[in-house]
Amino acid sequence: MSEPILRVKDVHKSFDETGVLHGVSLDIREGEVVVIVGPSGCGKSTLLRCINGLETIDRGEIFLRGEKISGRTKDLHLVRQKIGMVFQSYDLFPHMKVMDNLLLGPVRALGRPREEAEKEAMEMLARVGLREKADVYPRTLSGGQKQRVALVRAMMMHPEILLLDEITAALDPEMVSEVLNVVIDLARGGMTMAIVTHEMRFAEAVADEVLFLEDGVVVEQGPPEKFFHAPETERAQQFLKSFTYSFKKSEVQPKNNPED
Amino acid sequence: MQDSGIAILFKGINFQRLLGGLWVTLRIALISIGLSCVLGLLFGLLMLSRRKIAQVFCRVWLEIVRFMPQLVLLYIVYFGFARMFGWDLDGETSGILVFTFWGAAEMGDLIRGALTSIPLHQTESAAAIGLTQWQIYRHVLIPQMLRRLLPQAINLSTRIIKTTALVKMINVIEVLKVGQQIIGQFYRSPDAAFWIYFVIFLLYFLVCWPISMLAKRLEKKWA
Repeated sequence: MSEPILRVKDVHKSFDETGVLHGVSLDIREGEVVVIVGPSGCGKSTLLRCINGLETIDRGEIFLRGEKISGRTKDLHLVRQKIGMVFQSYDLFPHMKVMDNLLLGPVRALGRPREEAEKEAMEMLARVGLREKADVYPRTLSGGQKQRVALVRAMMMHPEILLLDEITAALDPEMVSEVLNVVIDLARGGMTMAIVTHEMRFAEAVADEVLFLEDGVVVEQGPPEKFFHAPETERAQQFLKSFTYSFKKSEVQPKNNPED
Repeated sequence: MQDSGIAILFKGINFQRLLGGLWVTLRIALISIGLSCVLGLLFGLLMLSRRKIAQVFCRVWLEIVRFMPQLVLLYIVYFGFARMFGWDLDGETSGILVFTFWGAAEMGDLIRGALTSIPLHQTESAAAIGLTQWQIYRHVLIPQMLRRLLPQAINLSTRIIKTTALVKMINVIEVLKVGQQIIGQFYRSPDAAFWIYFVIFLLYFLVCWPISMLAKRLEKKWA
């Protein structure tokens, strides 16, 4: 089996004495999509933030293509150039037009020629259906459009792996699918990703592997078919149950529904 | 014979004298504003420092500036320092010192405010696309900061320009003092005072108004 692109080994992290991650390990191979699910506050987002060095870890190690990236303080930006990340709150740079948002990383951080990067940016914008938005400021975009631009911005860096941190959590429901479709498209294109999400059907559709995190530990891990339909642990069962609504109404008033 | 106020203005080199006084006013103001911007940046960064001592130092400085009338500061520097330390500063230097002391603190506070008003997520997003710390400041934080800061900084600058009128109290011959000298010369004219002060008002207005229009325009452009 090939060496994983990302290897997270026994990572511990706490904030002011409060433990958030208690020894999380995870391997992600090239082209693999790992979806991390779990109740709020279980440490999912923290895990992603530790991977690209936004948080330092207390114990354990993180490797990118065999190179240790945890515990690094120098040239962290070189590591981050290889790890794309998109956040919940679509954080485009408000003082720049969409195109300039997309070019900042490739041109300034990677030193790529502007024309070439611009051409690629236009192609990618077209792919996510935002070709005509290159010249507008982010404030004129809807949430879904902003988040698609944010995805393109991360992809413009040609990252080895993309981390998505609840990227649809702040969106109006009708905009969720336009963003998730882009992610599914990326997955089909072979992008390696670690995705934190609360959209279970999306998780099932996109994941090669599901990681169920609770209280900072991996409780269950496996392929999506197994995790979503036959979870082994009781905690995973409980968690998945919380996503299915049960309509009590029809039970209380069966007469209102004569077809039943 | 009595001259009417407006005639006095154009008598001899009176008007040139007023303009000369205005230049002194502007020189003091511009140097003070320039120094305030540079020191204000340092002050603002110092205020954001996690070191307790730096925070206390800035706090004290800012409170002094806020509560102490500028005139008192001018007297302390101009008269006090000369006696205490034997520093014989001329009026203009004293003025620049005081206005910089004031401007740097307020500018620093504005800069701190502008810096902290930018959400942390902006820094993180910029870091996530692999920019260095310097590039994050250069391309993401400072441009946004300037957009928030500039209107307020310009407002502070007009306040500094206005307040330089006080240096006349420490023997600087700036526009107001020149005006008073002219009025003194023509004390017989009943309306000299009105017209001279009116012209001085106009001069201040002509200096400050375009600056404030600029601030408004920038604010609109970047809104």
